[in-house]
Amino acid sequence: MATTITMPQLGETVTEGTVAQWLKSVGDSVDKYEDFVEVSTDKVNAGVPSPVTGTIRELLVKEGETVATGTPIAVIDEAGAAKSAATEPPAATAASAPVAPIAAVPAAPAVSSPNGAPAAAGSESVESESALRGASPAVRRLAREHRIDIRAIKGSGSNGRVTADDVLAAVTAAPSSPATRTSTYAQPIPGSTVTLTQARRIIAERMVESKHTAPHAWSMVEVDVTDVWSWRVREKDRFERESGYKLTLLPFFIRAVVESLAAFPLMNARFVPASGSGQPSIYVNAEVNVGIAIGLATNLVVPVIRRADKLSIKGIALAAGELIEKARKGKLGVDDLAGGTFTVNNNGANGSWASAPIINGGQAGIVTMEAVVKKLVVRDDDSLAIRRMMNSCLSLDHRVVDGYVASGFLADLKQRLERMGPQGDL
Amino acid sequence: MAVVSSANSTVMNNVEAVRATLYEAMKNDERTVILGEDVGARGNVFLITKDFIGEFGERRVIDTPIAEASIVGIAVGMAMEGLRPIAEIQFADFIYPSFNQIVGEAAKIRYRSNGEYTCPLVIRTPYGGGVRGALSHSVSIEALFYHVPGLKIVAPSFPDDVKGLLNAAIDDPDPVLFLEHKKTYRLIKGEVPDGHYTIPLGKANVRKAGTQLTVVSYGLYLHWALEAAQRLQEENLSVEVIDLRSIRPMDKTAILNSVEKTRKLLIVHEDNKFGGIGAEISAMVAEEALFSLDSPIRRLCGPDVPSMGYALPLEEEFMSSPAEMADAMRAMVKF
Repeated sequence: MATTITMPQLGETVTEGTVAQWLKSVGDSVDKYEDFVEVSTDKVNAGVPSPVTGTIRELLVKEGETVATGTPIAVIDEAGAAKSAATEPPAATAASAPVAPIAAVPAAPAVSSPNGAPAAAGSESVESESALRGASPAVRRLAREHRIDIRAIKGSGSNGRVTADDVLAAVTAAPSSPATRTSTYAQPIPGSTVTLTQARRIIAERMVESKHTAPHAWSMVEVDVTDVWSWRVREKDRFERESGYKLTLLPFFIRAVVESLAAFPLMNARFVPASGSGQPSIYVNAEVNVGIAIGLATNLVVPVIRRADKLSIKGIALAAGELIEKARKGKLGVDDLAGGTFTVNNNGANGSWASAPIINGGQAGIVTMEAVVKKLVVRDDDSLAIRRMMNSCLSLDHRVVDGYVASGFLADLKQRLERMGPQGDL
Repeated sequence: MAVVSSANSTVMNNVEAVRATLYEAMKNDERTVILGEDVGARGNVFLITKDFIGEFGERRVIDTPIAEASIVGIAVGMAMEGLRPIAEIQFADFIYPSFNQIVGEAAKIRYRSNGEYTCPLVIRTPYGGGVRGALSHSVSIEALFYHVPGLKIVAPSFPDDVKGLLNAAIDDPDPVLFLEHKKTYRLIKGEVPDGHYTIPLGKANVRKAGTQLTVVSYGLYLHWALEAAQRLQEENLSVEVIDLRSIRPMDKTAILNSVEKTRKLLIVHEDNKFGGIGAEISAMVAEEALFSLDSPIRRLCGPDVPSMGYALPLEEEFMSSPAEMADAMRAMVKF
């Protein structure tokens, strides 16, 4: 337990006292009744005995400084008393900084020690640690979002507390920002700086990392989806009635993808770079976990259908429906996002006809579904037919596979899709 | 605040608004029945139903014995069989004998009958202190009932809300407990639009916009909170005051939207603090908006004593005041 020592009243009419000399430094042990400070008043000079046996934790007043009687001047940790677990800093910071004060220091008086540097450095981190401890949830969130160090902000709240407005003021005042105006990603304002959310920052970092480390190659096939489309149309009303989810082409496509991945296991693999003594290698994944790229207004999420190869089209449709709904509601959990081994991007909703996606880091490829469009096609027997056609684009990590495997995979995928429907069991 | 009647509205106090709305309901729908102690010959202790019995007859304006369980129990039966009963508990302090009829019967009928029966019942009752009503004419009862699913609780504070919400309560197919703060009955006046209108149950109303603190309240304390917020406005401190209006369903969206903006929340109510409405609002905001909060949530509520006493100092000790509310608001804005 910590005991706070206040400036004693040395005489009935005395209202203030001056710390003439600290007889102990921070970290020194002190015995009960042992003088630890010398105080002078206009009447007397006197040593002040410690009321407890323990260790000096903090000296709150400088030598030569005059303070009113009753003002806290030092904090002593009582020997043998258990420290309050709730207010202890976590072990990691405890290792690098002296123990922070348990009681908030009123108005954070300047702290120093007669012995100079070490204690001064200690007291600085003492102040900053208490700034962190008093931070409200809103302050912590804003500081995290804007990557602001709370300890660097001067608080304007009661007892010097850093308020949410202080954090926002620090954001606009940040000298690193090229523009003085800021806006949000959802509502960008021309001539302003958009502060990245955590999610946006991670997306940016991952995209750069993937594009820089994995040499991307690209290929595309055109798929006749007329029959699988008819199959979907036949099933969609009943499926929606029974499950509440819309039946899109996505689960059919994913089913074909997982079958093709089984035929081309290298497409369901990842490149493992050289590390330390280890040589570079390729790890062929045991599981087939298919990520679905879902674009939201402010970010991109790729929830994962785990063991998609074990699921029927219906099973995939249910899993995908659930994940998409969670994504839109912002309810995806860590488990929903982890463990993907290959990614499918349904890119055609707005009419895109071809795209070159960036591989999700740690995977060998990503395949897209582009827009389904009716086309006049020349069939093998030279007859003309109106068919629903869809391009499917593949980006691959050229360290893992070459064009030979990739084009084989795409051809296989095309064949499987074209063989699906016009009827069957979901 | 000067309130003037316009072409399409009439200035009324809260008691007149209740009376006008009940009168319209009796006039417009023959299924409407009013029952309670002294609602007939005496015309209700606040004269809310004065002369009703002459106009609508004693089959539709029913004087009951002093037996609250029967008042509500009979009304439940009427409601289930197609009437639109409006039961009155003369003072909220007397509602306890009817607790089983309200909680055990009325609130559960839709569920128990799998939707075959509903219970379109309104239970009106004056509540609240500040009138030297002592132990049996001062109590707030909302927390005793807000735990109960199937029961709606409304507590309007302004005359226009009294009318719109009472109409909505009468229209509602399920039981509604309609709480009228008796201190505001003649104290609070305001414009009430003419003609029939409803205000949806479960919708709060921002009575004063502000940016630095959200205050949620209802009843008499809402008016005091508005007064306190106005004082702070003169100190350039900006407080938003939300009139909860419906205690259940609770308008989470209105509260959360405001707290997201102001980052601070104070709940003010006359009912006891422990397990009160403020506890539920606090828990909801802590669950849904923790990372918007820049200070601890605070509640300024009735103390945990069994009642306010008859002696004026005892009542004053129980009740808060605009000054005390202003102090709490100031401390939170400056936190």
